[in-house]
Amino acid sequence: MSAVNKPEERVGVYICHCGSNIAGTVDVAEVSQWAGKELAQNGVVVARDYKFMCSSLGQELIEKDIRELGLTRVVVASCSPHLHEPTFRNACARAGLNPYLFEMANIREQVSWVTTDKVEATKKAKALVAAAVGRVVHQKPLESLFVPIDPNVLIVGGGITGIQAALEIANSGQHVYLVEREPSIGGHMAQFDKTFPTLDCSACILTPKMFDAGNHKNITLLTWSEVEKVEGYIGNFTVTIRKRARYVDTSLCTGCGVCSEKCPKKVVDSVFEAGLGYRKAVYTPFPQAVPKYPVIDRQNCTFFLKGTCKACEKFCPTGAIKFDQTDEIVTVKVGNIILATGFDLFDARKIPNYGYGRLANVFTSLEFERMTNAAGPTSGRVVMRDGVTQPKSVAIIHCVGSRDKHYHNYCSAICCMQSLKFAHLVKEKTGGEVFQCYIDMRTPAKTYDEFYQRLIHEGVNFVRGKVAEITDAARNPGEEGKLIVQVEDTLIGKQRRIPVDMVVLSAGLEARHDAKEVAQKFGISCSADDWFIERHPKLDPVATMTDGVFIAGACQGPKDIPTSVAQGAAAAARVLSIIGQGEIEIEAATAVVDDVTCVGCKECIASCPYQAIEYLEERGKAHVIEALCKGCGTCVGTCLPKSISLKHFTDDQLVSEMIGAMQVMKSFEMAEVA
Amino acid sequence: MNEPKIIGFLCNWCSYRGADTAGMARMKYPPNVKIIRVPCSGRISPELVLRTFREGADGVMVLGCHIGDCHYSTGNHRTAKRMPVLKKLLEYTGIDSDRLYINWVSAAEGEKFSTVIKEFTEKISALPPFMETMK
Repeated sequence: MSAVNKPEERVGVYICHCGSNIAGTVDVAEVSQWAGKELAQNGVVVARDYKFMCSSLGQELIEKDIRELGLTRVVVASCSPHLHEPTFRNACARAGLNPYLFEMANIREQVSWVTTDKVEATKKAKALVAAAVGRVVHQKPLESLFVPIDPNVLIVGGGITGIQAALEIANSGQHVYLVEREPSIGGHMAQFDKTFPTLDCSACILTPKMFDAGNHKNITLLTWSEVEKVEGYIGNFTVTIRKRARYVDTSLCTGCGVCSEKCPKKVVDSVFEAGLGYRKAVYTPFPQAVPKYPVIDRQNCTFFLKGTCKACEKFCPTGAIKFDQTDEIVTVKVGNIILATGFDLFDARKIPNYGYGRLANVFTSLEFERMTNAAGPTSGRVVMRDGVTQPKSVAIIHCVGSRDKHYHNYCSAICCMQSLKFAHLVKEKTGGEVFQCYIDMRTPAKTYDEFYQRLIHEGVNFVRGKVAEITDAARNPGEEGKLIVQVEDTLIGKQRRIPVDMVVLSAGLEARHDAKEVAQKFGISCSADDWFIERHPKLDPVATMTDGVFIAGACQGPKDIPTSVAQGAAAAARVLSIIGQGEIEIEAATAVVDDVTCVGCKECIASCPYQAIEYLEERGKAHVIEALCKGCGTCVGTCLPKSISLKHFTDDQLVSEMIGAMQVMKSFEMAEVA
Repeated sequence: MNEPKIIGFLCNWCSYRGADTAGMARMKYPPNVKIIRVPCSGRISPELVLRTFREGADGVMVLGCHIGDCHYSTGNHRTAKRMPVLKKLLEYTGIDSDRLYINWVSAAEGEKFSTVIKEFTEKISALPPFMETMK
């Protein structure tokens, strides 16, 4: 890495005010004057500051200067390149300048927003502008590579979000592979009884969509299946899926249900029935399951455990039971992927003072959903753990595991409305007293607050306060045999002990227990709470930083059904817009080997995460396969004779950027000494 | 020394976005670190770090994705192996290896980003200017 010489270029520098976001802290006029004067020797021929560089007028300013002043390089000092690099690259391209001859200095996220002292902020902005100017003169024009888009789409997760996305895409004529871990699609929504605030039956609105997805000519359902491996990049993913053995031949099975009926083994259904009900060892999770074919649960099947039984096989009228079936590995090629993997429910056992698992009549929200469901284990009757007694009073506790620094800081978004729905159902089905213990009532969406008002008029008792404890230790007369909810009612400023027959814990939502693992498999990131991270929280909520991988629904954060459906459709629209383009631009900043200096040591080949470097035996040299290279530059960091360089991140470019910043910092230091 | 000169090489996908997150949350930190964006921390060759010291930097930061979170799957594995060796080499050549800082900062960790910047700036401030130690 020798000293860097300065090519002759004509650089335009543009300092953005970003309203007062930057100009409030950085003296933008000073930076622009300074750049025009001090950086003239580095090639700067024009430096301007402007209110909003990203506005159409700001972009036109750049385009005009490129045309009229013959600029060969452009630097914009504004926000993060993650926000507006594409904007300014496009502006350059419109004026005929190769977009890779543009560079950005981030003086908002890295300067004005994080620096208190205005003088220091202005100095730092100058250093970053000088760094960008130093770099840009060494940048080279690059031509983008275009690859065709495989129109097939993979959707992971068959809940309402995944189903919505699948139907949107399939209806447009493209093919979808819908992968679901459970034996049936439907997700959490299939477990619910009523949906808030309209109280329409969950199954009635969900099952037609499930049926459509299961019978669509453009949807391949892969239930009881999981994605094992993902390779490739946008437009060209190869996905390996494990289809677990159902032990049922789906080409013969008619879904008649005789096998389940005859199966002698009863198992507590901890998944679909939330532990309240039973299923057989050969089962479909619920009557409307899609697909209709059952699965045999190996862990509980008498034949798999003891080697005898085979009742299901004996009674199956079509001979569809196949005990010798094995897992099948399916490989599919897709161009885009939508993750709609949903959420897990917070485990209420983690809060011992609420007594779940210890006190019989403390229920979780999901248990209550199953209980009130007409198709559920109690046929919709609200009863205590004994299965017969109707409670005379019920307390519903909000924010269990949410808005609690010991568990999750965030608000789970659905619990207030869900709890109000529970209160209504208890009133309707038992006529009993209901106490809602809440911290704050959050009902922000359309017609949600009206539902809250309605519940107030239905005579529900609202107690504003975080519940401290639920106990069966009676202290006062009237508390014997009851559950006592200890809570500070902050509206009246008093500690209260509320004796009730039943408690429902409105457990919060949390990221799937294996969300991190899934994120790694698909090359995306998780937040501190393990929710998948979107590309931009406001402007790009369903895309991720990995092109071609989208997220929708509750895997991105707690969401209600309407929002999940909207996101499913949004992700589908994003995918369809990519498919519609036919081909897509891929990373132009790939690595390239210098044939003269390469010694053929193969170190780069070992370092490449993508097997994108091959060894040319006859010439004894390494060679980069451009279409496979993702441009990480790990090979560059590894190559000892410095024979590999990464386009757009060459040593010259990075060293000049570093020197640009260093020189300014040193000059300020000298000025201080003087 | 009052105002150390520090260069930070940050990977584009995790740490640079972590810096963006800190910015969006308006977390204040000292202005000494000037950030250079690289696609992956694996791109940072030892020579790049040495060249930065030669130019007079008092400290160099290398921040990448957490192991397992790398956008390029295993690029940062190289960083995790390479940088400790470089630290030993610095020590061997008489450069205080504390001047080279390596850590992992995810896109969500704005707070961690501002904390490591503060701590490293303070640490380097306590050392004499790098160029003086080389005389």
